[in-house]
Amino acid sequence: MTLRTIAFANLRRRKARAAFLVAGLLIGVATVVALLTLSRSMTGEAEANLESYGANIVITPRAEDVALTYGGIDVGGVSVGDQGLDETDLERVRAIPAGGSIAVVAPELVGPVEVKGRRALLMGVDPTAQFALKRWWQIGAGRPPRDGRELVAGARAAEVLGLTMGDYVRIRGERFTVTGVLRPTGGQDDELLVAELADVQRVLGRPGELTLIEVAAAYSGAPVEEVVRQLSAALPAVEVSTVREAVASRLHAVDQFKGFSLVIVGIVVAIEILVVFLTMTGSVSERTTEIGVFRAIGFRREQITRLVLLEAVAAGVAAGVLGYAAGMAVSYAVLPFLAEGAPVSWMPLLGTAAVVAAVVVAGLAALYPALRAGKMDPTEALRAL
Amino acid sequence: MTVATRQTADPAPIVPAPDAPDAPDAPELREQPAEARGDERAARFIEARGLEKTFSGDGAPVLALRGLDLVVPEGTFLGVMGQSGSGKSTFLSILGGLSHPSSGAISVDGIDLYALGGEKLADFRREYLGFVFQSFNLVPYLTALENVTLPLAVKKMPSADKRRRALEVLDRVGLADRGGHLPGKLSGGEQERVAIARALVNEPPLILADEPTGALDTETTAEIMDLFAELHAEGNTIVMVTHNAEIRRYFDRTIVLRDGRLDGDGAADGRPMG
Repeated sequence: MTLRTIAFANLRRRKARAAFLVAGLLIGVATVVALLTLSRSMTGEAEANLESYGANIVITPRAEDVALTYGGIDVGGVSVGDQGLDETDLERVRAIPAGGSIAVVAPELVGPVEVKGRRALLMGVDPTAQFALKRWWQIGAGRPPRDGRELVAGARAAEVLGLTMGDYVRIRGERFTVTGVLRPTGGQDDELLVAELADVQRVLGRPGELTLIEVAAAYSGAPVEEVVRQLSAALPAVEVSTVREAVASRLHAVDQFKGFSLVIVGIVVAIEILVVFLTMTGSVSERTTEIGVFRAIGFRREQITRLVLLEAVAAGVAAGVLGYAAGMAVSYAVLPFLAEGAPVSWMPLLGTAAVVAAVVVAGLAALYPALRAGKMDPTEALRAL
Repeated sequence: MTVATRQTADPAPIVPAPDAPDAPDAPELREQPAEARGDERAARFIEARGLEKTFSGDGAPVLALRGLDLVVPEGTFLGVMGQSGSGKSTFLSILGGLSHPSSGAISVDGIDLYALGGEKLADFRREYLGFVFQSFNLVPYLTALENVTLPLAVKKMPSADKRRRALEVLDRVGLADRGGHLPGKLSGGEQERVAIARALVNEPPLILADEPTGALDTETTAEIMDLFAELHAEGNTIVMVTHNAEIRRYFDRTIVLRDGRLDGDGAADGRPMG
C-alpha cells in the first residue's frame, strides 16, 4: 500500500464524489477539445474554399497609360514599356522565402485581336496553372489547349463568333483549332479566347511579355500579407496587390469564431477550476477525522498534501482522456451543421495537451485544499482524542 | 536534543537519552532493542513532568491539566480514569504527540516529544505509537486489510512485506478471513479488532487506546480486553483511557485524574503505587 493506493481507493469507493469531480473536469476538457477541433476544422474548410476561389494576389505592371479591366480587377496597362512584366519575373515569384506558401502561379498575356471581322480579347495562359486556379472554368465539350495553335472560347465569344469545338479560326494569319467552349461564367471570362501563352506572345508580337501574373497563396501557409510583402520586395518595379474582399470577409468570420472559442475556453477553464476547488475543499472538510487518523498514525503534512493532490491528479488524468474522446465525438456530431462536408481535424498533440491541461487545472485547483489538509492540527481533526 | 523549557520551575528536566533521535528524517526512530536501552530508561519509559495544558477559547481559559507528574515503566498496562473533563483525553493527546502542552515536558523512551521539531513528531508517532481510537476511526473506503496496512503506507518497504505483515496482525486479532471487507460490513467488535490490528502492525513500543470499549457490549468488551491483556502479557506497554470501572482489573496500574490533577495512583487491587 502506498499513498497512490489510498488515493485510488478513495476515488473508486466514493463513486459519487469522484464522478462529480471527473465530470466537472470532463465537461470542460470536452468543451475545449470540441471548440478547438471545430475551430481548426472550420478554418481548414474556409481556407480550402478560399483557395478554390482563385488568385488572392495579382501582379500587374506599374503602368499609367492604357488601362484594361478584367474580371473586375484593374490589370494595368497593356503597353507598359520598361515597366512591363516578363517571364523572368515568374522565377522571382517562385524564389521568394515564402514560396512554399504559393500554390499556383498563373502568367497571362492579354491583347485585342480581330477574329472573323470582330474584335475579341485573346488571352495567353499556362493552361494547367490557369485551369487549376480558375476552377469555375469548365469546358462543356472538349479540352484545354495543349498542342499549340489551339484555343478554347468563352461562352459569349463562341456565340458571337459562331465557334464550336473543332472549328478553325484565323488570328493574325495563324490558324487555331477550337478545342472547347467554356461554360458560361457570368463574367468577363465569357468574352475571352484562351490559348497557350507562347502562341499568344507570338501572335501579338510580344515575345516573353506578360500582362499580369495571378498568384494563389495557400491560406494555411504564411500569411497572404507576408507573401505580398516579399513579392513586392522581389519585384520592386511592379504592383502587387491582394484580392482583399474575399480574403478579408471570410478570414474575418473564421477569426471571429476563433476569438469566440478562446473566450468560451477561458470561461470553461475558470468554471473547471472552481468545480475542482469546491469539490476538493468539500472533500477535505468531510474527511477531517480521516485526516486526523492519518496524522495520528504518522503521516507527515506533505504526505497528506500529496494524498489530496494525487486524487485530483488521478481525476484529471481520467477527465483528460475521457474528455478528449467526448470532445472529438461532439466534433463529429456538430461539424456537419457548421461546415458541411468538412473533415474533422485530428490534432495529434491535442489529446496529450488535453490530459496535461486537465491534470494541471486539477492540481492547481486542488492545491489550496491540499495544503489546508496538510496543515490541519491533528487534535482539531481528530475530535475523538 | 534540547530539553523542553516550558515547564514551571520545580520539576526536574527530563534528561534526553544519548541515543534519542535528532534527525528522524531517517524513518527508523527506534535505534536499539529494548534490552539494550538499559534499566533506567525502561523504568522511566513514560515520564511526564509538570504537565500543564490550558485551552483558551472565547471565554475564560480552561485548565485541562494542572502540573501532572508521572513515571511509567516499560511493559505497564496503565489505565487512566476520571470523570468527563478530568483531563485524561488531554493527557493521552499530549502523550500521543498530537497536542503540545502549555508547559512541562513529556518523554517516551527518553525522547522529549515536544523538543522534536518539524515533522519529527509525525515520525515519532509512526515509529513509536499505535493508536486505538474511541470510535474505531477506520477509513471507510479502505478494506479491513488496507486499514491495517495504513501505517505502513508511508514506510519504505516492499508492498508484499506490508501485506504479509498486515495479514499476520489480522490473523493475530482473529480476523484473517475478514480482510477484504469494508468497515461498514463489520460488526463493532470486528471494527475494534481491526483498529487494534492497525495499532499493532508497526510493532510500536507504546499502544494508546482511548475508550476502546466505549461503543461495545459487555461480551465484546470482554473479548477486546482479553486481547489487550494478551498484548500486555507479550510485553507491550499500553495506556488506556476509560470510563469503564469494570475493566480496571485488566490494568496493572490505574491513575485517576480529577480537574487536571492526579487524584489516585494504584494497582488494580487498589494497592497504592506512590
